[in-house]
Amino acid sequence: MIDFMEHNIYLDNNATTRLSEEVLEAMLPYFCNNYGNASSRFYKIGRDAQDAVAEARSKVASCLGAKPNEIYFTGSGCEADNWALKGIAFANKGKGNHIITSSIEHHAVLNTCKWLEKQGFDVTYLPVDSEGRVSPESVESAINENTVLISIMTVNNEIGTIQPIKEISEIAKSHKILFHTDAVQAVGHMPVNVSELGVDLLSLSGHKFHGPKGVGALYIRNGVKIDNLIHGGGQERGKRAATENVAYIVGLAKALEIACRDLDKNTKWCSRLQKKLIDGIEERIPYCILNGPRENRSSSNVNFSFRYIEGESILMLLDMNGIAASSGSACASGSLDPSHVLLAIGLPHEIAHGSLRLSVSNETTEEDIDYVLEVLPQIVQRLRDMSPLYEKIAHGKE
Amino acid sequence: MYSEKVMDHFANPRNVGEIEGANAVGEVGNAKCGDIMKIYMDIEDDIIKDVKFKTFGCGAAIATSSMATEMVKGKTVKEALELTNKAVMEALDGLPPEKIHCSVLAEEAIRSAIEDYNKRKGIESEDSSGCGFCCKKCYKNED
Repeated sequence: MIDFMEHNIYLDNNATTRLSEEVLEAMLPYFCNNYGNASSRFYKIGRDAQDAVAEARSKVASCLGAKPNEIYFTGSGCEADNWALKGIAFANKGKGNHIITSSIEHHAVLNTCKWLEKQGFDVTYLPVDSEGRVSPESVESAINENTVLISIMTVNNEIGTIQPIKEISEIAKSHKILFHTDAVQAVGHMPVNVSELGVDLLSLSGHKFHGPKGVGALYIRNGVKIDNLIHGGGQERGKRAATENVAYIVGLAKALEIACRDLDKNTKWCSRLQKKLIDGIEERIPYCILNGPRENRSSSNVNFSFRYIEGESILMLLDMNGIAASSGSACASGSLDPSHVLLAIGLPHEIAHGSLRLSVSNETTEEDIDYVLEVLPQIVQRLRDMSPLYEKIAHGKE
Repeated sequence: MYSEKVMDHFANPRNVGEIEGANAVGEVGNAKCGDIMKIYMDIEDDIIKDVKFKTFGCGAAIATSSMATEMVKGKTVKEALELTNKAVMEALDGLPPEKIHCSVLAEEAIRSAIEDYNKRKGIESEDSSGCGFCCKKCYKNED
């Protein structure tokens, strides 16, 4: 039933993206030629490196509507999240020890919060509705006199829900509480302007928009007091030690510059493929559930649960057919429980186990989607024919 | 992550299906944990003439079901009861540690079907059906 023709279709762009050639080209001079240390100002290749980092900082700032001196490069989006939470928590220890976040954050935020709880901080994990949305009202009612930080992601990485960041930031502002957003899945994919959003801190990661892995950035609004996460030399204006990773910083900035330049075109394209994928799956596959919202959803993300089957086996059969995707099933993640996000939106375990995330990018083609829509229904049916849970359906008993 | 044998049994599972009028049916696992195995047997004179399975679960769950059914086909009931999860794993050239519980489930599924057969014949047997420790305890056992 399955044809083993050569296909190489990448639909896991929420996990990472392909580094674009244009970005690679911008990075290459900073490996073997301009290899100077950006902190060494007294010779040319050092100054070249310093200039490159400064230019990168300006580019990132202008894409986010920030000032260059509000952008701090980090080793990853995860580091940016860790820094924002730990740095703000410890810098404000005298003021209070309460943090508000949501139950569907990335583990970079969730596990940092769990660690902070061990250090004596109190954390409120807000529930979400069935589409994965945090209600601004719930944020407001969780605030107490000890609250020092609110951290809510801009876009959920599993089900694409766009959070009401502006509304939440207004609440935070009215209570004079700092607000951080993990915008790793948003930056480069939708308009993200720090002053319009009203956030105090924002995390981003290079490899989510065709930049390199191993580099991220944290926006810290001028005037916000934050403790260091990494201590050492005076890099990043004394806030984040470590010799600047010049090539990767240049790569991140170049990738973001391109993503912002092509934003309209890319989101239109991705939305079109997303709709085609959602409509096509709902048309062809019975007993499926779209996880996440239909509106206010990241244009790159599609997430379905297919009842009566399990996600890892779907991924394996997709892989055998040349399609790369991901799942929130426990087996696929190697943990005991299915995705915390799918459980938080109210899916029972057995339906969460059958989830599949397909995430597109501007590099995905219509033909890619056509092929997925041809192969996926066969895979789902094949697994259902093997499933004891589907027997009753097949025998018309349910 | 999986051996070639696991991939083969996952991609081309043996003995998938149901047996109409099976005189031994066993089901173990639960949907909450992400795997259920159901085994059908046709047993004549204590010999397993035919065996089929249906599995809801990951790649390893499907591959272990396929391998376990292969290993008991044509065997006596007594021989089938001696099948261990270790033997299933070895026959598959190993499983990743987090998938060992799938092989346990396969062993349990075979036993559960035979218990059903014995019960139908009026023979009392020790009740060992069902994955007695679901996922969490299984993980604990490996620690």
